[in-house]
Amino acid sequence: MLESNLLRGVVYLLVLVGLALPLGSYMARVYNGEAKLAGRLLGPIERLFYRAAGVRADEEMTWKQYAGAVLVFNLLGALVLYVLQRLQASLPLNPAGFGAVSPEISFNTATSFATNTNWQAYGGETTMSHLTQMLGLTVQNFVSAATGMAVLVALVRGFARRTTEGLGNFWVDLTRSTLYVLLPLSIVVALVLVSQGVVQTFAAKETANLLVPTTASDGARVTQQILAVGPAASQIAIKQLGTNGGGFFNVNSAHPFENPNAIANFVEMLSILLIPAALCFTFGAMVKDKRQGAAVFAAMLAIFVPLLVVAVVAEQKGNPMLTGLGVDQVASSLMPGGNMEGKEARFGVVDSALWATVTTAASNGSVNAMHDSFTPLGGLVPMWLMQLGEIVFGGVGSGLYGMLMYAIIAVFIAGLMVGRTPEYLGKKIESFEMKMASLVILLPAAAVLIGTAIACIVPAGTATLGNPGAHGFSEILYAFSSGANNNGSAFGGITVSGVFYATAIGLCMLIGRYWVIVPVLAIAGSLARKKFVPPSAGTLPTHTPLFVALLVGTVLLVGALTFIPALALGPVVEHISLHAK
Amino acid sequence: MKSLLRPALVLLASFTILTGVVYPVLVTAVAQAAFPARAHGSLVRDGERVVGSELIGQPFDDPRFFWGRPSATAPYPYNAAASSGSNLGPTNPALRDAVSARIAALRAADPGNGAAIPVDLVTTSGSGLDPHISPAAAYFQVARVARARTLDEARVRALVDSHVEGRMLGVLGERRVNVLRLNLALEELARNGI
Repeated sequence: MLESNLLRGVVYLLVLVGLALPLGSYMARVYNGEAKLAGRLLGPIERLFYRAAGVRADEEMTWKQYAGAVLVFNLLGALVLYVLQRLQASLPLNPAGFGAVSPEISFNTATSFATNTNWQAYGGETTMSHLTQMLGLTVQNFVSAATGMAVLVALVRGFARRTTEGLGNFWVDLTRSTLYVLLPLSIVVALVLVSQGVVQTFAAKETANLLVPTTASDGARVTQQILAVGPAASQIAIKQLGTNGGGFFNVNSAHPFENPNAIANFVEMLSILLIPAALCFTFGAMVKDKRQGAAVFAAMLAIFVPLLVVAVVAEQKGNPMLTGLGVDQVASSLMPGGNMEGKEARFGVVDSALWATVTTAASNGSVNAMHDSFTPLGGLVPMWLMQLGEIVFGGVGSGLYGMLMYAIIAVFIAGLMVGRTPEYLGKKIESFEMKMASLVILLPAAAVLIGTAIACIVPAGTATLGNPGAHGFSEILYAFSSGANNNGSAFGGITVSGVFYATAIGLCMLIGRYWVIVPVLAIAGSLARKKFVPPSAGTLPTHTPLFVALLVGTVLLVGALTFIPALALGPVVEHISLHAK
Repeated sequence: MKSLLRPALVLLASFTILTGVVYPVLVTAVAQAAFPARAHGSLVRDGERVVGSELIGQPFDDPRFFWGRPSATAPYPYNAAASSGSNLGPTNPALRDAVSARIAALRAADPGNGAAIPVDLVTTSGSGLDPHISPAAAYFQVARVARARTLDEARVRALVDSHVEGRMLGVLGERRVNVLRLNLALEELARNGI
């Protein structure tokens, strides 16, 4: 068993690196405007878009113009999505006849999809029309991901360029991210998924006759099974590639029509980390020092692997409460065993724990098992990965720009230790950069902790918990961690469709996205204006194992100091109570 | 501000058409041409009659059939129009009560079987629609099914053997048994007599 578990993890990471390396260098060519072959194929569409939009591709933006463009574009997208939901009852392509979505859920969902969070306070197959899913949700899946990638590219240009105001052009970076990266990859992934059994049709349902009729809770006899279907594969491909995570169906990728077998599961897990991992190498290529990208990648991996092991081991151990009842949870050649509540038989505990780690390392948030039913430590891992700020691979673009903020803090700490002005990639790190980097790290963390505290003291915050005791607190903490870090997964037992949670989580998502993007772009603008400082004997090299260790240490220290008190009240207490007897 | 509005509006509209219309329509067209059965939900037919989907489980609580994973969907188990997990936490007393009730039902249907019960047979799946159980969970039920149908136990066991699916590509996922397929084959076996 152990060997096969280990093998699965190793195969996953090897395939991931094998695909991320070439994709990373391709993306560097795309953003530098040097992708020749793809340019010949897609260039005409790109230029058509620019002509229609009145965009001059070579026009450079200052950081303030860039940030303004990001905000205007995102606000507009959220507005359109809000209106689509409110009016869906009177719009076409609504085969199931769903009514208008309520104002608070529409606000929450519009914010959620524009910020690349994809927190879902609704059930997909019971709320959203096909039109809303396609024109609203799918479109935001693409452009919110492209927004993250564009902001990252602007930051990287800030490091790479010298004494200039220009960070590139947001419209161009946005268009190229979508057209040259997200769209072609999505088409390929969507078709692979359909070949494995993911549905893709414009019908709303199929009807099957049950082999044995059953009885509903109201006593009615049920002889037929209504199978909700729809254009799922096209949405799932981009939901994974764009680290969005919003599912077509309520249970997301635990649903057999979203994730029918282990091959589909593997492809979807690869799609989650593919672009965030590849962007590390894009970064290395764009700053013309590939070792820098590899070092950041290594730091991410060094946090990812131990946490993955913790999650797998915790889930494989199973639930001691059930062992006493005469339940067999020991893995054998005939069954995966372990904590199977909320998990699918085709995935077992290993693929479920691997997915949970991958989806919260990235700011994806799709699930193939119910995190709420994980063991306390198995649930702590995804929660803490989100609280670290979604920087272990993280969201497309957003993960790496978050990690680069930590890199700035790491060189600053190192600078303090030896009494020198810190430098990163030949740029002096001064008080302005430090202030902005601190904002990026402190604001989402504050949103998580303050949001959780408020929810614990107002009646609306505790009225809709799905589980009693410490686990109920974990549900609240998980919800705010997920919202403020733009992940989107949930401990699903808590009902979040009420006005309080829809509004509070909505605000957290806005803070976690835009109060990060604006300071990041401010740093990019400040760095781009600076001169290049050639490395000297006193410069800390940032491609060595020493720096990787320093970076990992900084991330873990900040993450631990900020969140261990809160985690102690939730998963830690629950773990102790579960094993005390 | 005004210089930002035109590109924002036009690009949003362009991407809406490209990624919201062209992309799903293109994927649907290719998918339905290349994988028509898959794209429509992998339906299982008996002649013209749709008897289920290979990917979606069905409720079974009759001792004559193999039972699948417990399901947390409402208002009836395996409601494929509203997927749902239980979301019960590991220390929740409601989880212990639910598992105890399922154990009691399994024991009542098969009083002679004192073996420890495979965990997947008493815990709800994530989707509430899980089509599979572990091979251990299928073998656990062989004696009961054979007795309820007065079939030879070895024949039922052989039927389960032939329905165990291995890991995909040798490493991915878990070994499993598709419950609907197994029960359809069981019906076939019983219909042909012997």
